[in-house]
Amino acid sequence: MLNYIWFAMLIIGFVVGIMNGRVSEVTQAVVDSSKSAVEISIGLLGVMCLWTGLMEVAEKSGIIRGIAKAVRPVMKFLFPGIPKEHPAGGAIVMNLVANFLGLGNAATPLGIKAINELQKLNPNKDTATNEMSMFLVLNTACIQFIPATIIALRSAAGSKNPTEIIGTIWVASISACMAGIIAAKILSSFFKAKSGAKKGLENRLGRRKA
Amino acid sequence: MNIVKDLSSYAIPALFFVILCVGLYRGVKVYDVFLEGAKEGITTVLRIIPPLVGLMVAVGVFRASGALDLLVYVVKPVADLLRIPKDALPLVFLRPISGSASLAMLSDIFNVHGPDSFVGRVASTLMGSTETIFYTLAVYFGAVGIKNIRHTLAAALIADFAGIFAAVWICTKVFGG
Repeated sequence: MLNYIWFAMLIIGFVVGIMNGRVSEVTQAVVDSSKSAVEISIGLLGVMCLWTGLMEVAEKSGIIRGIAKAVRPVMKFLFPGIPKEHPAGGAIVMNLVANFLGLGNAATPLGIKAINELQKLNPNKDTATNEMSMFLVLNTACIQFIPATIIALRSAAGSKNPTEIIGTIWVASISACMAGIIAAKILSSFFKAKSGAKKGLENRLGRRKA
Repeated sequence: MNIVKDLSSYAIPALFFVILCVGLYRGVKVYDVFLEGAKEGITTVLRIIPPLVGLMVAVGVFRASGALDLLVYVVKPVADLLRIPKDALPLVFLRPISGSASLAMLSDIFNVHGPDSFVGRVASTLMGSTETIFYTLAVYFGAVGIKNIRHTLAAALIADFAGIFAAVWICTKVFGG
């Protein structure tokens, strides 16, 4: 997917640049952008290190486990198909909490474990269960307590108040999350597990890469 | 809407307070563990550099050539209809597809309009409240060989749209359009 987008942006850019007579600006942009990419990355370093350091303390202190325990009742509503004490429930909570705290590195392996456990509960191995859909929707609409990368990027860009967007991000992502939960709950009864419809879409999706 | 601003400034000190106190109470060597984790931040940032170079060059070329202006001009009616600032719209398209491409687009918006401009704030909020849907679904469903994803993509896109509208709405309320 990104192969095509990257190719298209560059090629369209060069062609439009030639047509607009802005070749020298385009050439300048190539050089400046690559330089600016590294400068931005260096600018990210401080906040990112601070953040991963603090999160390591959170993990070692058992805070993730603590939150996981506290949200168990919510899990019952969201994932009614998971039996009590099944490892799928634990893995899902840990993944979502890791996402919530912005621990990207920890979240993905936990998420893979969660979907593997969900697959064990799945009677129809090539079709998603309601629980899988809900889990992935929550993953794509997860609330991030502190959006560290964005704060770092804002501060690298010289923002006067890099953290001012935390509150607005909370409001927007809670809205996204709620809409996702409601949509997943309602739509699940329209897309029955047995139907083989929408095949083409899934096949295309399967080939998509970052 | 001042409460949203206040929450923003209290969030980080509060988190430090809670994590460090719980850590010390549980007998964690907080500073040593902090240093250990901070090292991970370096590898994370180093890993971002190659894709960021590639994608920021693409975004830079796209902008400098005038192609971005063309795209923004074409989608402006849609943006006006949805009340999204037109310069944030390219980010809306890229966000569900790729994390690093939208990061490149976000820093381009910061470079051109500034992080404290209205577009910069809306773009930051959009970036933080929506996710790379296609990548996430491909990774997780791919891992267990699910072919029929049923309503997952539809529900995820509904969440994405809700996030976009909420982001524009709350930014207008808090920062003023």
